Amino acid sequence: MSDAAQSGPMLAADGTPLKQSLARSLRNQKMRALMLIAPLLIFVLISFIVPIASMLFRSVENNIVADTLPLTVEALQDWDADSGELPDEPVFTAFVTDMVAAIEAKEHTRLGTRLNYEQTGMSSLFRKSGRKMKKLDPVADAPFKDKLIEIDKDWGELQTWRTIKTHSVTITNGYFLNAVDMRRTPEGIQSQPEDKQILVKLFVRTLIMSLIITGSCILLGYPIAWILANLPMRTANVLMILVLLPFWTSLLVRTSAWKVMLQQQGVINDVLVWLGMVADENRLVMINNQFGTIVAMTHILLPFMILPMYSVMQTIPPSYLRAAKSLGATNWTAFWRVYFPQSVPGIGAGSILVFILAIGYYITPEIVGGTKGVFISNRIAYHISSSLNWGLAAALGTILLAAVLILYWAYDKIVGIDNVKLG
Amino acid sequence: MKLTKTLLATTALTVAAGAVAAQEMTIVSWGGAYSKSQKLAYHDPYSEKTGVTIINDDSSAEAVAKLRAMNEAGNITWDVVDVVAADAIRLCDEGLAMEIDADTQLAPAPDGTPASEDFGDLLVSDCFIPQIVYSTTFGYRTDMVGDTPPTDVCAVFDTETYPGKRSLEKRPINNMEWALICDGVAFEDVYDVLATEEGQNQALAKLDTIKGDVIWWNAGADTPQLLADGEVVMGSTYNGRLFSVIEEQKQPVAMLWDAQVFDLDGWIIPTGLSEERTQRALDYIYFATDTQRLADQAKYISYGPARASSAPLVGQHADLGIDMAPHMPTDPENAKRTFLYNYEFWADYRDDIDAKFQAWLAQ
Repeated sequence: MSDAAQSGPMLAADGTPLKQSLARSLRNQKMRALMLIAPLLIFVLISFIVPIASMLFRSVENNIVADTLPLTVEALQDWDADSGELPDEPVFTAFVTDMVAAIEAKEHTRLGTRLNYEQTGMSSLFRKSGRKMKKLDPVADAPFKDKLIEIDKDWGELQTWRTIKTHSVTITNGYFLNAVDMRRTPEGIQSQPEDKQILVKLFVRTLIMSLIITGSCILLGYPIAWILANLPMRTANVLMILVLLPFWTSLLVRTSAWKVMLQQQGVINDVLVWLGMVADENRLVMINNQFGTIVAMTHILLPFMILPMYSVMQTIPPSYLRAAKSLGATNWTAFWRVYFPQSVPGIGAGSILVFILAIGYYITPEIVGGTKGVFISNRIAYHISSSLNWGLAAALGTILLAAVLILYWAYDKIVGIDNVKLG
Repeated sequence: MKLTKTLLATTALTVAAGAVAAQEMTIVSWGGAYSKSQKLAYHDPYSEKTGVTIINDDSSAEAVAKLRAMNEAGNITWDVVDVVAADAIRLCDEGLAMEIDADTQLAPAPDGTPASEDFGDLLVSDCFIPQIVYSTTFGYRTDMVGDTPPTDVCAVFDTETYPGKRSLEKRPINNMEWALICDGVAFEDVYDVLATEEGQNQALAKLDTIKGDVIWWNAGADTPQLLADGEVVMGSTYNGRLFSVIEEQKQPVAMLWDAQVFDLDGWIIPTGLSEERTQRALDYIYFATDTQRLADQAKYISYGPARASSAPLVGQHADLGIDMAPHMPTDPENAKRTFLYNYEFWADYRDDIDAKFQAWLAQ
């Protein structure tokens, strides 16, 4: 009607420019979609993401020293750890003031435990001194240097003060260093002594064994999935129930059953001896080692491999194979050139599932792994529930998580995550 | 708006549920036969007497970690927790367990002896009420040791006389001590030696001599199972587990009391409970740790009651009708050569020695 409308921007019915109006309605749509998933999103955030993030943060967080001994940490700033001299009286005074407050709040033994990870003996030093320092008055009883050394000669050791100073930073790399068999010392970063190096070995073992378990799941799962996909629906469903049956039995029971099967006085060995294939005194050792872990974990994780494979294979028309054969392909060529490439997404999906589950397993290795078949997750569990070194456990967990993400990324680059199909 | 209402309603429901559940108590213990003995000796009579429902939780193995986590979250869901002495000391030090005055808050002995004297040296921490003395010791298969059953602990290291596998716990505690004892170190010097680098290497070297013959266990049920299956010729476990294999299940197994390692197990009450729950927990503890109750527990499991006044009252096993006294680790006949576990030492050296031990295992 008007010329303005022709030459100006296009308007919506309510007179706002069309572009703006479109943007607003799109935004509204997005908001509505977000509102719809909000309950789930908030739930996942609060119950899953936040706790995991806060646990991961423990791998670098080290406020305990500065929080428990604030004045001491400040006073130690001016002390040169390499001077070969003990800190001066002000440090001792600050330390007693801090300790009296910490003993009152019952925080000193936890600090002792924390420093004991770095230097053996700190735990009892703080405990025993705590009992005697309770009675000290930070003002009236000064000077303290000789008094403290009398309470425990370790307060007269350079190493004690150097350890406190070295680990007084609030954000530390110490736990990550420990997680890769290194340590943070007053002299800088060093390797752990030879006889304490174990964690790197466990990481490598975890990765290699998870790969072997994934591989054996592929070998065992592929034919089963193929049979399931090619049988008539009725029979396939009955067999499918057999595949899913293990899910109704507890993990612990399935693992313990392998003990009964594999141990030296177990079912398999007894049968072999009875058949005369193995001498009674040379019974095979098949459990409490890597073999036992691989067997038990393959068995437990097999359904996770079969299900995605089966659902992908179901979508491959059997006529393709017939067509290939009618064009002169041998059985093998038809399978390898026609069928197999189409089933790769199923293998991919199954492998990712099995590998990521395997890498974090710990109950099964704990029960059947002996000494050679345990994973890094067993150490994480130990540090969470027994030694209470949560910082180290968090560092180990962070490294494990990072390893999984890197492998996932590599998989995406090589195979492509879009090719993974669950059906 | 609707969401807020729903949230409010659920919160109100939860609060109401909390009020309803006021007559409940969560007691944490180790599970298995041990929890059962506590249920029969303590929980059932207490529920009958007061009407309080007792919920069992078998998380004692992770008690310290979980209590720490609960304390950080500010939500303590446990009322009374059964822990070993070392854990009790740790919880007490960190202020996670309540201090209890034995003489005013625990029952005196029937003859009027105050509780602190009745428990005596076993009150190793101000927060800890001991229930039992248990020991870690060796059981062996009677049909696999020939005509010369072992009499001392060093049979474990003697693979010539006693061929076959052994089971040991997958941690350095106790194993390092036994290794040194069998390497000629006197009982009283064990911890001094173990505190040195050389001593630790000496113990590991001794363990190295049988490394190929060892199955390492994690759970208390492992060794009894391995003995029953004939997988091992001998193995270490808790004495109560061996009692049930020998006397209840009639397996061809016998016990070796030599160099048994004594330890204690008992109750703590977490700090940070509401006044009402604290009172209830204290009331339970008063009831469950009196002389008669502690003696009652010995009807169901072969651990020695921690009160001196309970010992004469230990009677017969509830189902088997056998005298329990000779099966107690504290019985004079069994306690000829006992080894005392040193809490202080392991609090200091556990991190260090454990790392070495695990590295040695993985070699």
